[in-house]
Amino acid sequence: MIIEGVILIFLLIGTSFNTLGVLGLLRFPDLYTRMHATTKATTFGSIFTSLSVVVYGLWLFFDSKDSQFMVLAIHAFIAMLALAFTNAVGSHAIARAAHRMGIKPSPAICDRLEEFHP
Amino acid sequence: MIPFIITALFGFFIYLVFTAGSGNIGLWSSSELIAGVALGILTGIVTRNFLCRKKNYRMANPIRLILLAVYIILPFFIEMTKANLDVAYRVITMKIRPGIVRVESNLRTDLGIFMLANSITLTPGTITVDIDEKTHDLFIHNINIGEGDEEKAAFKDVELFSLANLPAWIRRIAE
Repeated sequence: MIIEGVILIFLLIGTSFNTLGVLGLLRFPDLYTRMHATTKATTFGSIFTSLSVVVYGLWLFFDSKDSQFMVLAIHAFIAMLALAFTNAVGSHAIARAAHRMGIKPSPAICDRLEEFHP
Repeated sequence: MIPFIITALFGFFIYLVFTAGSGNIGLWSSSELIAGVALGILTGIVTRNFLCRKKNYRMANPIRLILLAVYIILPFFIEMTKANLDVAYRVITMKIRPGIVRVESNLRTDLGIFMLANSITLTPGTITVDIDEKTHDLFIHNINIGEGDEEKAAFKDVELFSLANLPAWIRRIAE
């Protein structure tokens, strides 16, 4: 009963942050600010949806002693770690490639990278 | 020889994590253990020059690995929660002052720079865009630069984080 509540809360947090990420993708003005919404909010949301799978797997494992549920929990945990790392590295690659291609941050207070290699 | 042993043990450990729960010897079946040893040796032969490229084995120290796990669970996760609440606030209110600023990092090792860049991307309203290869300074896109901060030539890496001193943690783990 309590564990079901925990799973529901994790799913709620995860899906709401993913929704905020999509909203940010639609509302922000240029590529770099959009990337803020898509990397941070979706990583955080996906971590929580994966955590709910981990909790569900561990709960069923301790309930039934069937090892396939522990496999579910471990694999969801590894997926969570891989997601966090690849999301950060991928967003860095996209931002760097965009700046080298000549896409400048359009509402910008300052741009030190432009001075560094124009 | 040492790079081969470290890489083989690492590959074997990853294989064990993936196949946990398959049998009765501990958590593993005998066929999975044999396959893990064979694949670990194969991985060690093929990739021994990638994992230990600098011939520096400081990350094999278990204290550093435990600190890395603690770092991800406690200070990093707290900063990440705060950053996400911040992004949610900016998505709803659209109060932004974006710009690319330069950040001085005093880290020297590749792993340290990698961890700092990824921590910056996932935490406080900033993403890493590029790196100055000579001085190891990072160029980051900040979504909300404070009033008057745009005149500064370079930020310190500690100024980006408000709740926990993440650069000091990274220095302790990776340098």
